[in-house]
Amino acid sequence: MITREQVDHVAHLARLALSDEERERMTSQLNKILEAAGKLQKLDTTDVPPTAFAVPIQNVFRPDEVRESLPRDLVLANAPDPERGFFRVPRIMEEE
Amino acid sequence: MGTTAELTRLTAHELSDLLRRREVSAVEVTEAYLERIQAVDGQVKAFLTVTADQARKAAQEADRRFATEPAESLPPLLGVPGALKDNMCTIGIKTTCGSKILHNFIPPYDATVVEKTKAAGAPILGKCNMDEFAMGSSTENSGFFPTANPYDLERVPGGSSGGSAAAVAADEAAWALGSDTGGSIRQPAAFCGLVGLKPTYGAVSRYGLVAFASSLDQIGPLTKDVTDAALVMNLIAGKDERDATSVDRPHPDYTSFLGREIKGLRVGIPKEYFVEGLDTEVREKVMAAIGALANLGAELVEVSLPHTEYALATYYLIAPAECSSNLARYDGVRYGHRSTTAPDSVTMFKKTRQEGFGPEVKRRIMLGTYALSAGYYDAYYLKAQKVRTLFRRDFEEAFKQCDVIASSTTPTVAFKRGEKVDNPLAMYLSDAFTIPAPLAALPALSVPCAYSAEGLPIGLQLQGRHFDEGTLFQVAYALEQALGLKRRHPEIPTGSGKEVR
Repeated sequence: MITREQVDHVAHLARLALSDEERERMTSQLNKILEAAGKLQKLDTTDVPPTAFAVPIQNVFRPDEVRESLPRDLVLANAPDPERGFFRVPRIMEEE
Repeated sequence: MGTTAELTRLTAHELSDLLRRREVSAVEVTEAYLERIQAVDGQVKAFLTVTADQARKAAQEADRRFATEPAESLPPLLGVPGALKDNMCTIGIKTTCGSKILHNFIPPYDATVVEKTKAAGAPILGKCNMDEFAMGSSTENSGFFPTANPYDLERVPGGSSGGSAAAVAADEAAWALGSDTGGSIRQPAAFCGLVGLKPTYGAVSRYGLVAFASSLDQIGPLTKDVTDAALVMNLIAGKDERDATSVDRPHPDYTSFLGREIKGLRVGIPKEYFVEGLDTEVREKVMAAIGALANLGAELVEVSLPHTEYALATYYLIAPAECSSNLARYDGVRYGHRSTTAPDSVTMFKKTRQEGFGPEVKRRIMLGTYALSAGYYDAYYLKAQKVRTLFRRDFEEAFKQCDVIASSTTPTVAFKRGEKVDNPLAMYLSDAFTIPAPLAALPALSVPCAYSAEGLPIGLQLQGRHFDEGTLFQVAYALEQALGLKRRHPEIPTGSGKEVR
């Protein structure tokens, strides 16, 4: 069972400012989904290795060469608050 | 060549033939599609953005090439207009992923599949509606508006590539690209009477595809027939150094498999796919189509995929876990929506995401964050990854006895809008047969096999071995020819169309 407190904690981890109503609904919906997912516990997977990718994938290397990157002005054109070639954000540090 | 309606009803390869014979110009074809969009998209709502100017320019360029270059060297889709799901980045053209959080995002680059489409001279008519971040099975989760099924405007077109499917089914585009994570190409293809292919993981570059679940996502075609799907696959397949998961192996000419006989080919029938929950009429029609394969000399073999009943549970842990990580980037810093009222950055992130994401996306981010969080990782995410190994083994065993696996694509025909929107588990069930293939990285294709008594399309799914799309095309083409199913052109009230600039 996932509790309302756990939902609050997970919402914080996921950086979601859920409304009270959403927290209530999320708690009940997540419980239903997790209950359905609990079905997997019936399977014995003791000696089964996990699959991250279902086709064999290895590291892919390329020469470490300087290449052209995207034009800065085009990239910053999407920024909500660009300033002198940077992305400006609200205060990060706690106030003293 | 005849009227606009006649032109837009043609398949991509039929249009290509007409263009090559110079019986119609690429500009005329593109104008016919733009007219069609204007006439019906107010009802269907397949498009989020119509790129009329770009399409017209591409059509003019195509006509120039038809006039100046030798016919043999011209790419097959030159002048044949297509549409893109709105999760593929297009330089200078808004790419929203069906989400309010990206309502104003204008990519500074093209996805590889978009580059290839442009290089092949296929005009792009626009960007198609979708479930937000490709999470959904009905396109009702779009952050903007739902799309209608052209065969019955009260019903859903499927999802998440519902806009792409509806556009092709309503003759608003000759072909389209979608993406498939748990069935998002094949399920809408089945609901809209189209051919839809999810290629093998790694067959098509995902550079510039907005990521949902990175170990599952693949781009693939939605088309009016099997030949078109093979042509589009020829266009988009191949290694791309900008996508490290794309696989470095030469791909065959997929059209070379069309017309090969299927005598002696072994078609596996998985008993776990013909279970309770599969609609009786769907079952009958799919079995009849499988019978048609037997009549062509294919050998039917009963196979077992014993872990099928665990597919949904596995998928709904793995996909949300990967999505919660992929969607962490939407924080209002570099692009997209930003909440303007927050005094500090963490509050800004939280409010931006709260305002920008819809309910299903939030639900999956929450579920995935929980499944990955300390204390629950082993029980949920790791467990699901281990079960994923069991799926792989199921298919490895089955493919010792058969060459393709045939089943219904979906348990039912297209359902009504609003029917499942408040019940996530019921909605997830409509993907029960399409989820196993991506978990095992296999290619899978849906091909129309019948219409229901109500006139709604029914799809047959073929699953194949890794990188064996060729056999899927071979069998699907044989079935298409044997059934001789004429694609129906749904009547859509015209008039209250979309303004096309």
